[in-house]
Amino acid sequence: MAAGHKISIADEKMQYEFTSSLKKKLMIAFGVGVALLILGMIFSAMGGGAEHGAAEHAAAAAEGHHGPEYHWTKRLWANLWLCCVYFTGISLAGVFFVSVNYVAWAGWSALIKRIPEAFGNFLPITGVLMFILFFVAGHDLFHWTHEGITDPNSEHFDRIIAGKAAYLNTPFFLARMVFYFAAWIGLFLFFRRLSAQEDAISDYNGYLKDPSVYNKRVYFSAVFLIVFAVTSSTSAWDWVMSIDTHWFSTMFGWYNFASWFVASLAVVTLTVIYLKEAGYLKAVNQHHLHDLGKFMFAFSIFWTYIWFSQFLLIYYAHIPEETYYFEPRLFGHYRGVFFLNIIINFAFPFLALMTKESKRTTILIKIAAFAILIGHYLDFYMMIMPGTVGDNAGFGLLEFGTLAMFVSAFIYTIANGLTKLPLIPKNDPFIKESLHFTQL
Amino acid sequence: MTSKEKNTYLVGIFDDEDVLIPAVKKIRAKGVNIHEVYTPYPVHDLDVYLGYRRSRLSKAAFLFGATGTFLAILMQTYMLGFAWPMVIGGKDYVTYPDFVPVTFELTVLLAALGMVATFLISNNLGPGKQATMFDPRSTDDKFVMAIDLGANSKFTKEELESILTEYGVSEKPKEKEV
Repeated sequence: MAAGHKISIADEKMQYEFTSSLKKKLMIAFGVGVALLILGMIFSAMGGGAEHGAAEHAAAAAEGHHGPEYHWTKRLWANLWLCCVYFTGISLAGVFFVSVNYVAWAGWSALIKRIPEAFGNFLPITGVLMFILFFVAGHDLFHWTHEGITDPNSEHFDRIIAGKAAYLNTPFFLARMVFYFAAWIGLFLFFRRLSAQEDAISDYNGYLKDPSVYNKRVYFSAVFLIVFAVTSSTSAWDWVMSIDTHWFSTMFGWYNFASWFVASLAVVTLTVIYLKEAGYLKAVNQHHLHDLGKFMFAFSIFWTYIWFSQFLLIYYAHIPEETYYFEPRLFGHYRGVFFLNIIINFAFPFLALMTKESKRTTILIKIAAFAILIGHYLDFYMMIMPGTVGDNAGFGLLEFGTLAMFVSAFIYTIANGLTKLPLIPKNDPFIKESLHFTQL
Repeated sequence: MTSKEKNTYLVGIFDDEDVLIPAVKKIRAKGVNIHEVYTPYPVHDLDVYLGYRRSRLSKAAFLFGATGTFLAILMQTYMLGFAWPMVIGGKDYVTYPDFVPVTFELTVLLAALGMVATFLISNNLGPGKQATMFDPRSTDDKFVMAIDLGANSKFTKEELESILTEYGVSEKPKEKEV
């Protein structure tokens, strides 16, 4: 739209208003989630496990000396942990997305920067939850936390885990977790402060000559990227890979990053579309949407590439200590989810977002984004459930209840975060480029 | 183009993209058929203002890619399943996960080669092809608009000249036979 030389943000609603009706809806969704969870807990406690009796023993036999036998609470902890990991990743990847755009001096994204930036607000919540969960349910989730497992004289001694004890031990695990959240939340709060500082500048033309806040932001975005590069991998090992303690994959960090990032991009896209439909972000047009669609398309393929590279090497080499990870997933209880995972995370976005028109069609982009979000939930489901609850996993009240709680809490926190700063960074040096952004 | 018959074109030279684009819009609005506009660099949305249909090259690419996928699976199934069965990693002869890398590569290769070939053929390009140059300065800093006089029989040459002049050509339009 080269003719539109007069685009400006003058008639934009800068301040996001978290309406009480949305608040109410989210409260209700959260309440429904809690109710489903409690119902699920009652049903499970009343003997939902009985029907799984046979499977439980088979699983226990197959896993040999794997800790205490199955109790329904394990499924609850695994679910909570799964949502914590998933939503931590989405929040973190939002901050990562903004940082990448700063370091790359990206112009097109200036209009929508504040949205992924606000995702970081959810980090403290999942952080606290994960600490509590680790203390409450560490033994249920992480086999390596068990007593005596690294002690050669104990009957529970496990040589492989003992070999990993230098890294996988409770004090170091907790120290790492403190470091992750401290670094992430610290940098996130710093970024928000820089954004507020930039908004406070009144002399835009003077600021363009010396964009000191912007430069500082670029510098610390680079710092964040370095921190993120290391911590996204190590946190994936700690929180997800160490559940299957005996197994390891050198691609796991990338794999989790890809999953987190593409899910986060889907949330960014959905939030942008939602805000636009609610009357905010008027300047966001099909060109911006096209770029977000390209991001989702590209990183769906990237995820597939990493996922398949991990799978193919293990499949091809056929070494028992590696293939046992895929055994329950490919041939066991999780077979359906395994194939659904590939279809919904690769085949569907690949075909649905392939053409230029589809990336500019709001409804298609919405459907693809929802599919990606569901798909990557399933992806994490498949990483976490087999190692914790084994064949007792399923999709029931516990799963839907937890998910409803997390989704509503996440939206509530993000919406609340968006009210704290204007929706559009009016003093961003690239704001005009973003307003006039076109692509073929 | 196989016909040896030459067409006569009216060639207008523009200095500036910001003059060119309004001129294209207004000239087309008058009902003049613009043969082509040559620019030193890609001008955003010029194809839209010239009323070009979307290129079908991407559809061709998809079909070439799909052909590559199909051929790759066929080839590997034949090779490892029938022509020379081999046990690799204790698997069956025909194991599709193993085929994915080669299938992917052949898909990309066929899509790329097919696209290049389609592009060259449909644009009548190729090695040794003499380029049609309305004005060599279109490779430097001028925007060159060519109007086919034969395709605009409802206008006289003088009318077209005055239209071009009115919308800001930087020099007197000249005639050229191609």
